[in-house]
Amino acid sequence: MKEYKTITQIAGPLIFVEKTDVIGYGDLVKIKLSNGTEKNGQVLDTSEDMVVVQIFEGTSNIGKGARVKFLGESIKLPVSKDMLGRILSGSGKPIDKGPEIIPEKRLGIEGAAINPYSRDSPEDFIQTGISTIDSMNTLVRGQKLPIFSGSGLPHNEIALQIARQAKTLNKKEDFVVIFAAMGITNEEAQYFMEDFRKTGALSRSLVFLNLADDPAVERLITPRMALTAAEYLAFEHGMHVLVILTDMTNYCESLREIGAAREEIPGRRGYPGYMYTDLAGIYERAGMIKGKKGSVTQIPILTMLGDDITHPIPDLTGYITEGQIVLNRELHRKGIYPPIDVLPSLSRLMNLGIGEKRTRKDHKQVSDQLYASYAEGRDLRGLVAIVGEEALSKRDSVLLNFAEIYENQFVRQSDSEDRSILTTLDLAWELLGTIPLNELTRISPDLKKEFAKSDDSSENDTNVRPKFTKPLEGSIDETDKDD
Amino acid sequence: MSQEANQGHIYRISGPVIIAKGIEANMYDLVRVGIEGLMGEVIEIEGDKTTIQVYEDTSGIKPREPVVNTGQPLSVELGPGLLTSIYDGVQRPLPALKEAMGDYILRGAESPGLDQDKLWTFKATAKPGDMISQGDKIGEVEESPGIIHTIMAPRDCNGKIEKINSGTYNVNDTIGEVDDGTILKLKQYWPVRLPRPVSKKLQPDIPLITGQRILDGLFPLAKGGTAAIPGPFGAGKTVTQQTLAKWCDAEIIVYIGCGERGNEMTEVLSEFPQLTDPKTQKPLMNRTVLIANTSNMPVAAREASVYTGVTIAEYYRDMGYNVALMADSTSRWAEAMREISSRMEEMPGEEGYPAYLSTRLAQFYERAGRVIPKGTKKEGSVTIIGAVSPPGGDFSEPVTQNTLRVTKTFWALDAKLAQRRHFPSINWLTSYSLYTRSLREWFTKNVSEDYVNLISEIMKLLQEEEKLLEIVQLVGTDALPDDQQLTLEVTRGIREFYLQQNAFHDVDTFCELQKSAMLMRIILKYRDLSKDALKKGVRVYKLIGLKSKNKIADVKFEKDYVKLLSTIEKDMSSEIERLVGDLK
Repeated sequence: MKEYKTITQIAGPLIFVEKTDVIGYGDLVKIKLSNGTEKNGQVLDTSEDMVVVQIFEGTSNIGKGARVKFLGESIKLPVSKDMLGRILSGSGKPIDKGPEIIPEKRLGIEGAAINPYSRDSPEDFIQTGISTIDSMNTLVRGQKLPIFSGSGLPHNEIALQIARQAKTLNKKEDFVVIFAAMGITNEEAQYFMEDFRKTGALSRSLVFLNLADDPAVERLITPRMALTAAEYLAFEHGMHVLVILTDMTNYCESLREIGAAREEIPGRRGYPGYMYTDLAGIYERAGMIKGKKGSVTQIPILTMLGDDITHPIPDLTGYITEGQIVLNRELHRKGIYPPIDVLPSLSRLMNLGIGEKRTRKDHKQVSDQLYASYAEGRDLRGLVAIVGEEALSKRDSVLLNFAEIYENQFVRQSDSEDRSILTTLDLAWELLGTIPLNELTRISPDLKKEFAKSDDSSENDTNVRPKFTKPLEGSIDETDKDD
Repeated sequence: MSQEANQGHIYRISGPVIIAKGIEANMYDLVRVGIEGLMGEVIEIEGDKTTIQVYEDTSGIKPREPVVNTGQPLSVELGPGLLTSIYDGVQRPLPALKEAMGDYILRGAESPGLDQDKLWTFKATAKPGDMISQGDKIGEVEESPGIIHTIMAPRDCNGKIEKINSGTYNVNDTIGEVDDGTILKLKQYWPVRLPRPVSKKLQPDIPLITGQRILDGLFPLAKGGTAAIPGPFGAGKTVTQQTLAKWCDAEIIVYIGCGERGNEMTEVLSEFPQLTDPKTQKPLMNRTVLIANTSNMPVAAREASVYTGVTIAEYYRDMGYNVALMADSTSRWAEAMREISSRMEEMPGEEGYPAYLSTRLAQFYERAGRVIPKGTKKEGSVTIIGAVSPPGGDFSEPVTQNTLRVTKTFWALDAKLAQRRHFPSINWLTSYSLYTRSLREWFTKNVSEDYVNLISEIMKLLQEEEKLLEIVQLVGTDALPDDQQLTLEVTRGIREFYLQQNAFHDVDTFCELQKSAMLMRIILKYRDLSKDALKKGVRVYKLIGLKSKNKIADVKFEKDYVKLLSTIEKDMSSEIERLVGDLK
């Protein structure tokens, strides 16, 4: 294979090579430095006159004298069932001092779009054991549901709790967890690894680590590697794979860096105009395929810069993913864990995974009612700040009280508390019991009759007394009964 | 043009955009790129360089590979068999792609849009000796039960029929000949970027009935009209579009999933075939064409998907059908334009979108309309309902703004309403319809004399509520005078009993206009009765707590609503009478 010494320009992570043979778009590149070290890159733009290569490890130490070799194929990841339990670098090399992975296959990491006609409809309810998610933003197998967080919020704890507790109800099938870290700090990485080891989860996990001080360009391939492995385990070995990608904000920053180095015309806030398509190429690699057993479920985590949900990264993500779980700083300050703000949160596939045969028939309406009552109760807090609580009507003070107990008893749970969906729904009915029955307009009369806890207060609704329920002590674990 | 001039080679590759040298091409010619013959379209010509957008992934393609110009513009294959089909953005059937390439969409597959082998029974209506030109009816085929597919003279055809025979044919068989040399077949081609001509455009004065109370009542859309649904993510845009596709009274539905989520597209693909048409009790799919181009499928095909869809819609319009076209979402389409424009290193306009964004949007929406097609007297229509996804929910961004300039109905989805599970989450204060006036006559004649008045009464109350709520924010509800407290209770009723509609409830998912009118009447009746009682001295909280009034909540879920409504009305009158009686 020919080597070239015709680098004409080096800018940021890019090098420009002239006078080459014809080079394929997207091909892999090896660069040998004068000091003997080797770097890897990929062709970003190719023409008869000039080839643009992005260097994964950064361009430091590269000079015009470096030798460039084009490998004639795109990036491949060696995959194998034995990858489970391993820790790899952001570019797929083992860093756990274990042996090399003996590949069963070498797969291109770009991935292809699943034919929409081949996709299977995701509908298996995943119980995460977190009330706000299970009841109001239900996760289903094959979904991509990101966590929108802010700096300083406990998104890592929540991700870990989901990874630990996630299960489907009827079938006792565990998840294989693929964890891809992009630009997270060493400390965060330690925290994750520690938790994986402590809970024994590492044996059914595969970890890709690109740390904050690893090259930024490598971040662009880390999620693609993770998803290639996920697709392989899911669709070739029939496993159910949960992919956690953290932190997508770092990924997008890298994308912007490359765009700037290529002197592209930037889109909103300097991010490249193709960021939507690029992110879609990652997020859309979740799903199920007809006739295949496995599934790929994605939980990408991203920090909203300045807690701004309209920032391009959460915004574009929200348009691709099937909903979002939004963390709220105010709840966090109140000491409520997990600080999930249900109002801006959403699971678009929720209706596929809940209902009579999947969870319980009152699930949807209970969820709608919780949303409606909590939203109204929270609005009232603003009013109370101005007029004081005495000025509220009876109906309003009931709702105000509901918002309070909802946050403290329903949202709040400990990071080891694994609530079953039935426990969660029963808890919801108990809290809704503080509201007069005829105010529960989102619930149909027959369901009220069957599930409502309170006596028939609709007949004497004028003398409503707010009923405070006692806080729940510890966890009520019904999940074990499912075995 | 010589053969050599039609063949050139690749000079440069940058993602989905390649530059070729050495071909003679016209703008928007279809070209085959590389050894694998990937499909592409000419989008710029400069000196000896031709810029081509490629509809497939370009990894591994090298400079100097061949480029062949077909000399034809990107076209769709039109003919029987379109209905029930599921296509990608360039009219390749997805099931055929699956067969050819497996579960993933790889590149290089070619597949005609229509089933080439299926036999159709053709009944000629024209006879030898008839003079025909483009668009004239020459015969018909029953495409799916109840849907007659008119076979029309193809593009550029103009002459006397020499031969034409009824019989059983596939789409490629010759069914007749014309003296200008045209061979008549069941299929024909039409360039996607060229609107099909019409003889006359008509006024939009017939409503497109959707069965959604807030749409049919407050913000109606006319057949042949245009509507925009902008909404931030999570505001229920997709659900609204799908509900419309299911329930609106168009005969043919074209649904374009443009840059949409794969799983949602699957939901559409798996749900549509199971839906029954509420009017004919036959599968809804029988009158539907689906175009699915998910967000991770090639970006150039996404750009084309909208044109593919609207051309198919126009084709059915020309047969005299009412066609509803849903494009979800046009923002993804605009982004595809932006992405390609940026790869071409064009000077960007606002927010990086190309300067021709508004022209393209206007051209697209102009293809809607109620028309008398060329060649027949039977009017048809294309109604375009375009979803817009404004980044960050900011309606001032270029795609939303340019869309609003050309569409006449605006259904503003509101994330706040969605968060409190108020569905359909259409904001009644910011939405509007410019068709209200032109449709007035139809509603008066076909629903009831008072329908238009009921609507304006309801709108007035909602406007008033907005003002009152501002005051409530400051002083609380109790500080309001009694009649205003009552107004707030009435508008709460409007919101919960009338505006809110449950798309997942068997009965509530579709609401006929009569039921909608009766619901409005009973809510206003409650207001009138209560107002009277208030004057007579009944305390307002008693009226707010009226038990019979709360029963109105059940009406929308009730099949036999007439009976229920009359009971409620009776109960309400007697309950209020009792309250007045108690005063004495």
